[in-house]
Amino acid sequence: MNKIKLIIWREFITRVRKPSFLIMTLLAPVLIAAGVTVMVYLGLQDSDDHRVLVVDEAHIIAGKLKDSDKVSFYVDQRPWSDSAFKASPYTVMVEVNDDILNTNTVLFFYKQLPSLGVQRLIGNELEKTIELAKLRGENIDAEAYQRVRKSLVMKMFDIEKMGEESLEQERAGIGFFFGYFMFIFIFMYGVQVMRGVMEEKQNRIVEVLISSVKPFQLMMGKIIGIALVGFVQFILWITITATLVTAGSALLLKDRFDPKVLAETPMTAQVQQQLGEQVAMPDMEDVKFLKALQKIDWPLTLGMFLFFFVGGYLLYSSLLAAIGSAVDSETDTQQFMFPVTLPMILAIVIAQAAVYNPNSAMVLWCSLIPFTSPIVMMVRVAMGSAPAWQMLLSMVLLIGAFVFTTWLAGRIYRTGILMYGKKVSWKELGKWLFYKG
Amino acid sequence: MLHLEGIVKRYGSHTALDGITMDVPPGQVFGLLGPNGAGKTTLIRIITRITGPDEGTVTLDGHPMGPEDVARMGYLPEERGLYKKMKVGEQSLYLAQLKGMSKAEATKRLKAWFERWEMSAWWNKKVEELSKGMAQKVQFITTVLHEPKLLILDEPFSGFDPINAELIRAEILRLRDAGVTVMLSTHSMASVEELCDNIGLIDRSRLMLHGNVREIRKRYGANVYRIEYKGSRVAFANALGFAGELIEVQEGGEYSVAKVKLGKGSTVNDVLRPIISAVEVHGVQEEVPRMHDIFIKVVGETAPEHVTAGMTE
Repeated sequence: MNKIKLIIWREFITRVRKPSFLIMTLLAPVLIAAGVTVMVYLGLQDSDDHRVLVVDEAHIIAGKLKDSDKVSFYVDQRPWSDSAFKASPYTVMVEVNDDILNTNTVLFFYKQLPSLGVQRLIGNELEKTIELAKLRGENIDAEAYQRVRKSLVMKMFDIEKMGEESLEQERAGIGFFFGYFMFIFIFMYGVQVMRGVMEEKQNRIVEVLISSVKPFQLMMGKIIGIALVGFVQFILWITITATLVTAGSALLLKDRFDPKVLAETPMTAQVQQQLGEQVAMPDMEDVKFLKALQKIDWPLTLGMFLFFFVGGYLLYSSLLAAIGSAVDSETDTQQFMFPVTLPMILAIVIAQAAVYNPNSAMVLWCSLIPFTSPIVMMVRVAMGSAPAWQMLLSMVLLIGAFVFTTWLAGRIYRTGILMYGKKVSWKELGKWLFYKG
Repeated sequence: MLHLEGIVKRYGSHTALDGITMDVPPGQVFGLLGPNGAGKTTLIRIITRITGPDEGTVTLDGHPMGPEDVARMGYLPEERGLYKKMKVGEQSLYLAQLKGMSKAEATKRLKAWFERWEMSAWWNKKVEELSKGMAQKVQFITTVLHEPKLLILDEPFSGFDPINAELIRAEILRLRDAGVTVMLSTHSMASVEELCDNIGLIDRSRLMLHGNVREIRKRYGANVYRIEYKGSRVAFANALGFAGELIEVQEGGEYSVAKVKLGKGSTVNDVLRPIISAVEVHGVQEEVPRMHDIFIKVVGETAPEHVTAGMTE
């Protein structure tokens, strides 16, 4: 036991002390945070003012276009030539043709492509006026139409759990996030295990080591040590990224969301209405998501996450360790990597499908089969659709599977690490399983 | 010290070792010889418990060897290396601790060794900065640091320059004198003659030759004697008569040298008696075959077509 602790410690400390670990740990969150902050900043920072010339050949717009902060509209009913537009101070020209009511199409000319936000703003304003014109044409009362046109809200309930909205879909999405995290982690650090084993073999230190420790101890020590590196790295990433994003957005956006500034802004009726719209619009999605977060059985979900995470990592990294032991160089790993990565990719695809169709037979089976169960089961656990017996069965199968794969990997490993200069085939690997210790 | 009884090891259909029985006496240097691919490394791996035999037993000091005996062994593999990115001192400590030593004890002994071999300046260097010979010295130290009773060295001299090879040779003899049993495999027959008290020669999975080096050399000696004399060649040949067979004579210089093979049942005295009266005998010496020749003879006999196999097991 002492020896395996020593091995775990060495695997951990040599990796954590590497400059590349420090760089990756610091750089990744900086890049992510910078990316997020820049995106948020750019989105809000709507560069330039736009002067939009609307060429209203159809005569349907009667000065009803609302100007906003960055966009001001000018309506002209005469046609403009391209050269006239080029020479004009307008930045955008929109042509509304005669048969707009039939085609529902306008032509949008620009000198510099405006941001998506500005495009949408211009589009919305035009759409509203055109809609009004259409309603006039059809003799429909605009107010009545507003009353009629309300999108449908579906509140979903599980008949077994009446009295509250189920929000299964949203919860499944959250479960998928966990599954995806697992996928990334297992892949990243599983491959590190494989590399580490190969390194020891290429360095020729492995025979020195296994004259004092058992190959199985060496393999497990490496797997556990690297997992610890991963945990530490992920915790650091999350902490640093969160800090940076908070700090970054506070710094860049401070006057926008500063309550003082907001309070001082005179609240005209128009502004109030706009704010109201903005709050009301994303309503369903964001609020549902937050509600779903509260709905999730966190102790169960996190507990299961931890279990499936560790189980899945052990399952895959032991197989990858076996691959690392069997080959002499990175290029030889390809043929063995494929069958190991395939079920993982399959699992992530099925987990994605499970978000939309959680009760299909495929999802049920894959949440039980050990190679896909860690990722797929997380979706079902988060949505609360997995009965206790299925969770238990899946856990038992996973334990069985990783005991089996670590045993299997251990047998390949102890033969593989001592085998040099041999191109290994599947048949050869099979033979190694039956060599006597 | 170490007794192997009927060791058999198979890899699939290939038999790597076929009934090896041999003794390694305590406090001596034992040479394990054989061409590449003969099964030496497999045998060593069985003794070091890296792999298990399919049949047969390994006995150490009269009891069947168990996992706890590994701590009393030091093993320097043929395929040896170190973690390139780790520092020398740190790595040596790690390897020593894996052998079960405490950190304090390991540090103390390592410092002493490093001082003795004038390597103290290397302590904080990374292994990748060392030359191959330097790394080999570090490996040797980590092999013997825990003061094993049985030291197993697979090709200990490969990769060393002559000065360092001499250092290792002296160290092996020092350890032997301190009571350590040493088992080494080597292709250098000169080192075998110089270092080894006993040998075992394995060829194609079988033990072909086993025993005391001096006795083996004598056994393979074809009863040929070198006789230095002053006088005429014809007189020498006439005097020899049928007591022995004259193989060759080298003349020139002050003395002539004749090689004589003794006839069946005759002793060197039977040969000398008539010669002494004919020529002036200056010296007589038995021609003991070199280990090199014995090796080639044994290995060549069993497999005339034998070429050294390209696999290292």
